[in-house]
Amino acid sequence: MMYVKRSSAIVLLVTAIGGLAVAGQQQTPPPSQQQREYEATLTGKPGQPPRLAVPTFLAITSDAETQAAARTIAEVLHNDFDFELEFALVERNALGGIPVSANAADNQWDRWRETGADALVVGTVEKTGTGAKVSVYLFRVDGGRQVFAKEYTSTSGRTPGIDARFFAHTIADEIHLAQRGLQGVARTKLTFSSNRDGERTATTYAQRNAQEIYVSDYDGANQRRVTVNRNLNITPSWAPDAQAIAYTSFVAGYMDIRISWIYKGILKLPAKGSYANQNSLPVFSSDGTRLAFSSNRDGNTEIYVMNVDGSGVRRLTNHRAIDTTPTWSPSGTHIAFVSERGGNPNIWRIDAQGLEQPVKLTHESWVDRPTWSPPPLNEIAYTSRTGGAGFDIKVLDVASGRIRAITTGEGSNESPAFSPTGRHIAFTTTRWGKTQIAVIGRNGGIARQITRNGENKFPNWSRR
Amino acid sequence: MRRTSVAMLVVVILAFTGACGKKQPPVARPTTPPPATTGAAGTTATRPPAPPEPVPEPTTIPADPTVTSGDLASRSIDEINDPKQTPFQPVFFALDREEIDGQGQAALQNNAQILKQYASWVVTIEGHCDERGTPEYNLALGERRALAARDYLVSLGIAPDRLKTVSYGNEFPFDPAHTEEAYSKNRRAHFVVTAK
Repeated sequence: MMYVKRSSAIVLLVTAIGGLAVAGQQQTPPPSQQQREYEATLTGKPGQPPRLAVPTFLAITSDAETQAAARTIAEVLHNDFDFELEFALVERNALGGIPVSANAADNQWDRWRETGADALVVGTVEKTGTGAKVSVYLFRVDGGRQVFAKEYTSTSGRTPGIDARFFAHTIADEIHLAQRGLQGVARTKLTFSSNRDGERTATTYAQRNAQEIYVSDYDGANQRRVTVNRNLNITPSWAPDAQAIAYTSFVAGYMDIRISWIYKGILKLPAKGSYANQNSLPVFSSDGTRLAFSSNRDGNTEIYVMNVDGSGVRRLTNHRAIDTTPTWSPSGTHIAFVSERGGNPNIWRIDAQGLEQPVKLTHESWVDRPTWSPPPLNEIAYTSRTGGAGFDIKVLDVASGRIRAITTGEGSNESPAFSPTGRHIAFTTTRWGKTQIAVIGRNGGIARQITRNGENKFPNWSRR
Repeated sequence: MRRTSVAMLVVVILAFTGACGKKQPPVARPTTPPPATTGAAGTTATRPPAPPEPVPEPTTIPADPTVTSGDLASRSIDEINDPKQTPFQPVFFALDREEIDGQGQAALQNNAQILKQYASWVVTIEGHCDERGTPEYNLALGERRALAARDYLVSLGIAPDRLKTVSYGNEFPFDPAHTEEAYSKNRRAHFVVTAK
């Protein structure tokens, strides 16, 4: 197997600059500092979020790579803000020509005010002996007061261009946390399966496209292949620590669960499958200790739970109908799954011990891939057949039973996966032609295209 | 009495010889061997060449096809599984169903005959679905189709350990088109030989 290099190995040393009211040194500031942070929080015009201007960062070292990195960091940071919608943004092409300085007094605040910005993000990029140093300042346009300032140093030994996106994502997450109290997702990752390489399965008796597991940044950048077995590898699912991916692989001829620790190169087959014991659709519990999955080991597809090392297998369902596609509740006490008991495939819920009678949660013609939200939300996103041949994404609020449509008939839309905050949903869509991964807000809206090469399916979003 | 005895003896002898004449198998007599032929008869070319034949007439007819009983057995697994020449027939299914209809049963009876003829072959029965379902659920639906085909073959006397199953859901369509015709081809149990 080939494994991706660990991009998170880049260590950013974060230092607060100057006598600021932001808590820079501590990961979890005590409540008193939270209060001081609040005092430095930006406000927008009445009824509107604060509007940011993110001009190209200043390259302190004048080499071409640093200059390119200065542009990339600003672009990616702008897009990270645009993704979460916690800030409004001034279009970057409206910022040209206005001089930028890291010194508040040197900025022409009248001109920034004319852009409609409430605050200005100023950054500098410098190549160092060990990597790069990026400083970021956030100024209130009205009066030029500095409300955020931090210095980020990479010690990866790589030049600024290589780590530019990771710098931007780190800055976005920290400004979202400091200014909006939001745990951002800019450093989280997606995994999915893809046939983009056009490789055929290793078996020669039929011409079939292999599907391999891929990972990418949450915005679709840095798409990298994880498996290289030239077979069918589908339904990847992140471990909560984002270090491992469990998936369904056909490389042995039958379906079985594999877990790849992608940064260490460790592969395990906890279900110990065979033709008589086929296992699929693994999903990690939120504490990372257990997997729920589907298996035909007792002659019919049922839901099971086991420890990650394969021990402690427990059967949760026992019905002659198909029971498959499990998902854990936010607290880990329940599992929702798809069952065709009662006629059509619908979502049912059972306790994680398998002791209670299953409860039917949806009443539709064809439902699949329930995905329970992270806490504190208690929602289940799922695939729902619509009028024609296609499917759409819906979300069920479990407590109230209310259902809302996330997609509405633009292509066929399937296999939803929540972001770690529950604010977005990744899914597959055919609206652009071939099946591709897209990301959309938790209430719908405009879908962003994540993949473009080949066909891409079964997205799953890392928890961190 | 004496005349009677002699007459009876004659009758008995006649009857005996008559019976023997009827029941005795024909006596094998030495005959001239057939002329040497090259090929299947297995005779060697040790005898002297036959006298010259008369000049053949200048007409030709197509040669008979060469069919030997070892034909399939001598093929490679890849050749057997080639969709254009596989001796196995697929079983087709209705939308979201795994029941085997009369046509499917006939296909499986054909496949059972092949498996009885080639008793060492092990096959994998692949369950496939069309794309109109969802890919996760289709893994289980395809499995049901493969298992239904397997159970029918077991009922026809094929040993279960020669019949492996796997479901590919809707991941490997036989016809990638998005039409009813394609969908009907893609809902199938497909046979491949995995050992022989």
